Amino acid sequence: MMAEINTSTQERATPSVSLAGLRSGEATQNEARPEAKLEIRDLNFYYGGFHALKGIDMQIPAGKVTAFIGPSGCGKSTLLRAFNRIYELYPNQRAEGEILMDGRNILSPKVDKNLLRAKVGMVFQTPTPFPMSIYDNIAFGVRLYEKLSRRQMDERVEWSLRKAALWDEVKSKLRQSGTGLSGGQQQRLCIARAIAVKPEVLLLDEPTSALDPISTGFIEELVHELKQDYTIVMVTHNMQQAARVSDYTAFMYLGQLVEFNDTDTVFTNPAKKQTEDYITGRYG
Amino acid sequence: MTIYTRRRIINIFNLSMSFLTMAFGLFWLGWILVTLFQQGLGALDWTVFTQNTPPPGESGGLLNAIVGSLIMTALGVLIGAPLGVLAGTYLAEYGRHSRLASAVRFINDILLSAPSIIVGLFIFTVVVMAMGSFSGFAGSLALAVIALPVIVRTTENMLALVPGRLREAAAALGAPTWLVIVRISYRAARAGIVTGILLAVARISGETAPLLFTALNNQFFSADLGRPMANLPVTIFQFALSPYRDWQDLAWAGSLLITLAVLAISIVARVLVRPKGSK
Ligand SMILES: Nc1ncnc2c1ncn2[C@@H]1O[C@H](COP(=O)(O)OP(=O)(O)OP(=O)(O)O)[C@@H](O)[C@H]1O
Ligand SMILES: [Mg+2]
Repeated sequence: MMAEINTSTQERATPSVSLAGLRSGEATQNEARPEAKLEIRDLNFYYGGFHALKGIDMQIPAGKVTAFIGPSGCGKSTLLRAFNRIYELYPNQRAEGEILMDGRNILSPKVDKNLLRAKVGMVFQTPTPFPMSIYDNIAFGVRLYEKLSRRQMDERVEWSLRKAALWDEVKSKLRQSGTGLSGGQQQRLCIARAIAVKPEVLLLDEPTSALDPISTGFIEELVHELKQDYTIVMVTHNMQQAARVSDYTAFMYLGQLVEFNDTDTVFTNPAKKQTEDYITGRYG
Repeated sequence: MTIYTRRRIINIFNLSMSFLTMAFGLFWLGWILVTLFQQGLGALDWTVFTQNTPPPGESGGLLNAIVGSLIMTALGVLIGAPLGVLAGTYLAEYGRHSRLASAVRFINDILLSAPSIIVGLFIFTVVVMAMGSFSGFAGSLALAVIALPVIVRTTENMLALVPGRLREAAAALGAPTWLVIVRISYRAARAGIVTGILLAVARISGETAPLLFTALNNQFFSADLGRPMANLPVTIFQFALSPYRDWQDLAWAGSLLITLAVLAISIVARVLVRPKGSK
C-alpha cells in the first residue's frame, strides 16, 4: 500500500529546523534526541472545572514526526489544541504552564495568537473545507500573512496541492467549490491549506480517521515527506500508523503523559506496563 | 393483535383529526386569497400604475402610494438591515456567552413581538413631534424599527448554524476574529441572512399602524422624505372604509399588489435557502 518514500525531493529546508547534521531517516535508539521544537513544561489544562491535562512535561523534537496515542478521552486532542492556542476561542477553557517554541513561551499573552497560528498549522479530524472555491480555500490562509502576485499565488496553490497529492484530481476544477469534493479529497485539501502557509509545526488530529486506505496511504506518505521541512505532531488511534510514520511516540492516559520515547522503543520495549497493554490491545 | 388494532384505530383517528384541522385552517386562507384575487384582479389596470390617488368620487390610480411604499420600505431596510446584521453578529459571534448578549437577546424578543402600533406611537413621539410634521423619513424609521428584530433574530440563528469547526479551521490559519466572521461565517450563512432580510421586507411592506402616525398619507405624488408620504397600507385603510366604489376598488388592487409582492419575496427567499444540489 505505502509506496516507496521519495526522499530525494527536498524542495526546501526551513531554516529554523536545525537538522543539518542529522539524517532524516528512522530514528535509531541510541541517537541523541534532536533539538526540541516544542518544550512543554508542567502543562495543566482545564475545561471549566474539569482538569483534562495533568502536569504534562515533554519535548517535541524538531523535524520529526511525533505521534500521540492513547485511549479515547485521554487528552490527545486537548494537548494538540494547546500548541496553537485554538482553545482560546472558548472562554471557559484555559491552560496553565509553559509551552516553549524555539525557547519562547507561546502561552504567554505577549505572544500574538494569530501570528503563532500562522506558524503552527492544524488539520482537524473531520475535513473542514471553507464555503469557497478550491483555489480560494488555499489562498485564504496565504493571503493573511503574505502579499503574493497572481502568478506566485497560482504557483503556491499548485505546490501545496501537489504536496497533498490532490493536484491531479482538482487541477481542472480549481474554481469549483471545495465542499463538492469527496471526504478524502476534502481532507487532503485541508492539509494542502495548512501547508500552503508554510508553517513550522504541523498538528494533525487523526487526519486519516475518515479516509479510505488509499487516501490514508497518500497522507502517510505526505507526512513522511513533509517532516523534512516541518515538525509534525499527529494524533492517531491506529497503532500501525503510529509505528509506520512516527519517529517518536507519546502514550497518554487519563490526562497524563505515561511514556514518551522514540517509536521503536515504545513499540518493542515499552518501559511501562500500561503502554504495553495498550499497544498489544489488552487495554479495555 | 388487539394492541395492533388499537394502534391502527388511534392512528386513523389522529390522522383524520390533523387532516381536518389543516383543512379548516387552509379553508380560510384560501377564501381570503380567492376573494382578494377576484376583487383585486378586476380593479387592477394600467391606470393603477400611472395615476395618483384620486379625490373622493373620482377615478385614479395608486402611483404615489406605490412609489411611497417602495421608498419607505427600501429606506427602512437600508437602515434596519445593517444594524440588524451587526447586532445579530454580535449575539452569535462575539458575545455568545456574555451577559450583555442575553440582555440584548431578551429585549430583541420583546421587540419582535411588540405590537407595531406601539412602534408607530414611539416614532410619533420621538421623531414626528420633534420635527413638527409627519414625514416619509419618520415612516421609514418606524419600518426600520419593525424590521430590526426580525433581522437580528434570523442573522443570529443563521450564524449559529455555521459549524464551529469552520471557525476553528479559519482561526487555526491565523485569521483574526473579524476576518473569520466576514470571510467564513457570513459566507456560509449568506443565503440565510439574505432570506432574513427579505422576510423583514415582506413583514414591513404591509404594515399600516406604524405609518398612520408617522408618514401619514399624501394624496399627491411626493418623494420628499421631509413631508408626509403616500403609501399603500394607509391608502388601503382609508379607501376600503370609504363609501366610494372607485376607492374601494383601488383598495383591493393595492391589497393584491402587496400580496403579490410578499409572495414574490417569499419565493425568492425559498429559492435562496434551498440546499445546493437540489437545483
Ligand atoms: N469542550 C469540552 N468541554 C468539556 N470537556 C471536554 C471538552 N473537550 C474534551 N473534553 C474532555 O477532556 C478530556 C480529553 O478530551 P480529548 O478530546 O482531548 O480526548 P482525546 O484523547 O482526543 O480523545 P479521542 O481519541 O476520542 O479524540 C475528555 O475527558 C473529554 O471528555
Ligand atoms: Mg481527539
